[in-house]
Amino acid sequence: MRRIRIIPVLLLSKGGLYKTIKFKNGKYVGDPINAVKIFNEKEADELLLLDYKASVENRPPDYIRIKEIAEEAFMPMAYGGGIKNADDAKKVFDCGFEKIVLNSILFQNISLIEQIANIYGAQSVVGCIDVKKNLFGKYHVYSHSGTKNTGKDPLKWAKEIELKGVGEIILNSIDNDGTWNGYLFDLIKDISHKIDVPMIACGGAGSEEDFKKAVLAGASAVAAGSMFVFQKKEMGVLISFPSSLKITT
Amino acid sequence: MIAIINYGLGNLASIKNMCKRLAIEAQITDDPEIISKASKLILPGVGHFEKGMENLKASGLQPLLNELVKNKKKLILGICLGAQLMTKHSEEGDVGGLGWVDATTVRFDQSKINGLKIPHMGWSEIHLTQKNQLWLDLPHEPRFYFVHTYHFLFENKEEISATSTYSYDFACAFQKENIFGTQFHPEKSHKFGMKVLENFNKL
Repeated sequence: MRRIRIIPVLLLSKGGLYKTIKFKNGKYVGDPINAVKIFNEKEADELLLLDYKASVENRPPDYIRIKEIAEEAFMPMAYGGGIKNADDAKKVFDCGFEKIVLNSILFQNISLIEQIANIYGAQSVVGCIDVKKNLFGKYHVYSHSGTKNTGKDPLKWAKEIELKGVGEIILNSIDNDGTWNGYLFDLIKDISHKIDVPMIACGGAGSEEDFKKAVLAGASAVAAGSMFVFQKKEMGVLISFPSSLKITT
Repeated sequence: MIAIINYGLGNLASIKNMCKRLAIEAQITDDPEIISKASKLILPGVGHFEKGMENLKASGLQPLLNELVKNKKKLILGICLGAQLMTKHSEEGDVGGLGWVDATTVRFDQSKINGLKIPHMGWSEIHLTQKNQLWLDLPHEPRFYFVHTYHFLFENKEEISATSTYSYDFACAFQKENIFGTQFHPEKSHKFGMKVLENFNKL
């Protein structure tokens, strides 16, 4: 029996936490330190902290703030947003994070993966792939918080970053983000069986059922934002994690 | 005071953070004097075995650690790569280790893991195979966070203090006299990890 990692996603901006819908209209949901304390208490498996507008606003990571957040986390924690070089990555690791998440920078400098993985190991480098479907039903990879279409095919891009040495890949759906409508099960299935590294499903989860379906489709772990920061769809903020929540295979 | 040995690899801040939470005095250091004076040592580490040994050698700390651990019997806890370095040899880089315990470090056997992805990453329950001071008052169904591609293989099974399962059972913690090691990360394992660090501190 294996426990599947269930990973709350926390979107950081200007020191506070937000939740988006389709990568837009960030709604303030609270203080990150308070949130991390709750996830500690509820024994969440892992946390994913993303300064989601850092690249689009061309900002470096807010090291002081993220260090404060990391100091409260007694579970594995990954950080993404604004990391541009190995030195930025080092500073993030020194703040107390296990993993860093790379996305926009990879379209300029894909070898950054190798540079970081050679020092910290592949398991500490996570590649995030934000995808969006076009009018013809074809998926493309987007960068800079979903504002730039890179024209890349998600599977090809996943293979490329895997070859460079990422230890995990987050497949994130821009269209489903914040909708509670479920993950991109078809794409998870397509890609996860063609890569060797674990895939984390992200974007659209609305129920425990979605987690199970993602795992059946081939995801090794599942991530969710709205489910852990709102009571229910279109209801008020409630940062929580059901202690009984456990998915096994 | 616990000295968290800094040889340039691993998430040292996490260990320090958890110690701070538990009000355990701990210091991240590569200073031989502080390490010699510390009541206990933690050898952390994440990354490549060969790089780990290289860094240890380059730090000049290896002879001192040998002296403190082997001769003076100072209590030490190895975590993840830090624990693997205590074995005699690793398949990762095909290099020798510190050789403090009767084990080697081997890659997960691809032929036996039934298509599971490597590294083994995530939370797994552990099975306590012996009464061990580190396991005192551990909460029910203890589970810990793991990230690893290689695991210990013990010649002397009596040194194994816990096993875990990833398609097959493997040793995930050990004790030989004053030398303790865990493949998992107590510093990232909530109340379970806190208890282990607390127990280590009380030794």
